[in-house]
Amino acid sequence: MPVSSSPRTLFDKIWADHVVDRLEDGTCILYIDRHLVHEVTSPQAFEGLRMAGRRLRRPDATVAVVDHNVPTSDRSQPIEEPESRLQIETLEKNVAEFGVPYFPLRSASQGIVHVVGPEQGISLPGMTIVCGDSHTSTHGALGALAFGIGTSEVEHVMATQTLLQKPAKNMRVSVEGKVGSGVTAKDIMLAIIGKIGTAGGTGHVIEFAGSAIRDLDMAGRMTLCNMSIEGGAKAGLIAPDETTFAYVKGRPFAPKDEAFEQACAYWRTLASDEGAHFDTEVTLKAEDIVPSVTWGNSPQDVLPIDGVVPSPSDFKDPAQAAQVQRALDYMGLTAGQKIAGTPVDVVFIGSCTNSRLEDLRAAAEVVRGRHVAKTVRAMIVPGSGLVKAAAEAEGLDKIFLDAGFEWREAGCSMCLGMNPDRLTPGERCASTSNRNFEGRQGPGGRTHLCSPSMAAAAAVTGTLCDVRELMKETV
Amino acid sequence: MEKFTELTAIAAPMPNENIDTDQIIPARFLKTIQRTGLGKNAFAAQRYDDNGNENPDFVLNKEPYRHAEILITYDNLGCGSSREHAPWALLDFGIRCVIAPSFADIFFNNCFKNGILPIRLPREICDELMGDARQGANSRLTVDLEKQIIIRPDGNVVPFEVDPFRRHMLLEGLDDIGQTLAHDAEISSFEHQVSRAWVPSISMGTAK
Repeated sequence: MPVSSSPRTLFDKIWADHVVDRLEDGTCILYIDRHLVHEVTSPQAFEGLRMAGRRLRRPDATVAVVDHNVPTSDRSQPIEEPESRLQIETLEKNVAEFGVPYFPLRSASQGIVHVVGPEQGISLPGMTIVCGDSHTSTHGALGALAFGIGTSEVEHVMATQTLLQKPAKNMRVSVEGKVGSGVTAKDIMLAIIGKIGTAGGTGHVIEFAGSAIRDLDMAGRMTLCNMSIEGGAKAGLIAPDETTFAYVKGRPFAPKDEAFEQACAYWRTLASDEGAHFDTEVTLKAEDIVPSVTWGNSPQDVLPIDGVVPSPSDFKDPAQAAQVQRALDYMGLTAGQKIAGTPVDVVFIGSCTNSRLEDLRAAAEVVRGRHVAKTVRAMIVPGSGLVKAAAEAEGLDKIFLDAGFEWREAGCSMCLGMNPDRLTPGERCASTSNRNFEGRQGPGGRTHLCSPSMAAAAAVTGTLCDVRELMKETV
Repeated sequence: MEKFTELTAIAAPMPNENIDTDQIIPARFLKTIQRTGLGKNAFAAQRYDDNGNENPDFVLNKEPYRHAEILITYDNLGCGSSREHAPWALLDFGIRCVIAPSFADIFFNNCFKNGILPIRLPREICDELMGDARQGANSRLTVDLEKQIIIRPDGNVVPFEVDPFRRHMLLEGLDDIGQTLAHDAEISSFEHQVSRAWVPSISMGTAK
């Protein structure tokens, strides 16, 4: 991209600083600073390299973890499911052959790739970061351009450390004001997706801005950017600021001392310029956002917790009306019913969206002194071994265990049910994950997305409920 | 990658929005370490009952759509997970072309990498093609990438747009890694820019 004096966005700047070359039709060869690899979307890419006799160009810019398939129960035993075991063994063979830094299953630092990357300082502001996983957008919270790619592109990055890309459009979502008590980053993001729809961000990179965003800690910012893909966006990002730098400082793979100061000086130049052009602008008032849950099978099916389930007759387009009916049938809900009070069978607190220490603290605050309802199976799956250890150091594990929660090992777990953590047909789950698609958490499973504190409230009451009401009782 | 030039084939109607990649291929089938063999589990949740028997109401279980090579849907096809297993499953089933008013970005991109042509057309035109696809044995469309046209069963022609670079890659069946490696010198010189000195390397020894 030619250097220009016109005001540029955060995305424009990171993009421009990574363009290696520009082809005739405007397609750019974009340099990739970090390539994160996991067991599910990489075996075919490594095999492709091998078949073509190509080398891995930058093992020192590549990091592998196991997360999607791993059991979250006792890890002293071999992995039971033979296909999961083969996939993990295949990754281990590949990282050894190609010399890729790797966090193995029994590493104290193993965890979900989108938790481990920021936690280790592998993901840094101003970088281009990719991974064969759509929730790579999470790392945008640091002020990086981070996005998910398919396995063919994983292979392309392995071989060339670049991707062929055309620039995305710029979208800014501003949330101004202060959120009320009980309202979290998850509620903000569900409100945004409810407003723009699951295709609202298609072709765009979303910059999240405004005072309510700046007020968020890094865990909250990661929750927000994580679900950019649920709004259809290529990526989500937030301008790096002092909160970001304080988070990055001292992380194992972050620059140290003078190098850190130099990096900060560069990172400070990345914020969108005054007057930069955004193709699309969306604004929300923080005060309007309330604790929310989803009712249907698309993340845009968002309801405030005091809302009622919609009816097919609310929709003019017959295809949409049919889709609403299908979602009602699948979810076992009736048009017009209040969403609060719906009984749940399972509560899942975890996933790359909401499994960080701050998320577990928020859930523990609700759980403390209460007990999981008799009808509910509730599980906590920390995002990484380090999150788990930190939570245990604070005694959070005890709060959860005393309340009747399962306290498990780190991994993707019931977010997508590739490991044994799955819903059975018809089971209803309050989940802090990111997708409520049909069958996402197990065939026939019914998912209601919500924040960690709302999920905790559902666990102790046995129904979807307003965490603010529950917490009133405490005072 | 197999070339895509011209295709005349049965088009299957799937008049839904937001068909996500979890529907196209559920996560439990992602444990493969190969690209092939996923076709039998494409749309598994809708295609089979709990005992693994075919659901007779599902479009791809009906004649002639068992042999469909073109899929027509509504908005936001391929949303959700980045899994390339979704286009692999479609391809393994026999689908070479997908037509919708809009696509999720990653899925759209993944299709091109596997010799599947995704075509964006306005909703009204998708409605018409959906009508064509519902005609059973008469649901054959011709998709000509060279001329960038679809020929409908009644002989009417629908033009479509496609990115010139991607069109070229599909028509020739080219592997884009080879193309990019031709720019190796530029990539190396980029890597050695002074302004990139802050980007740390990650070494095996330091990973815990």
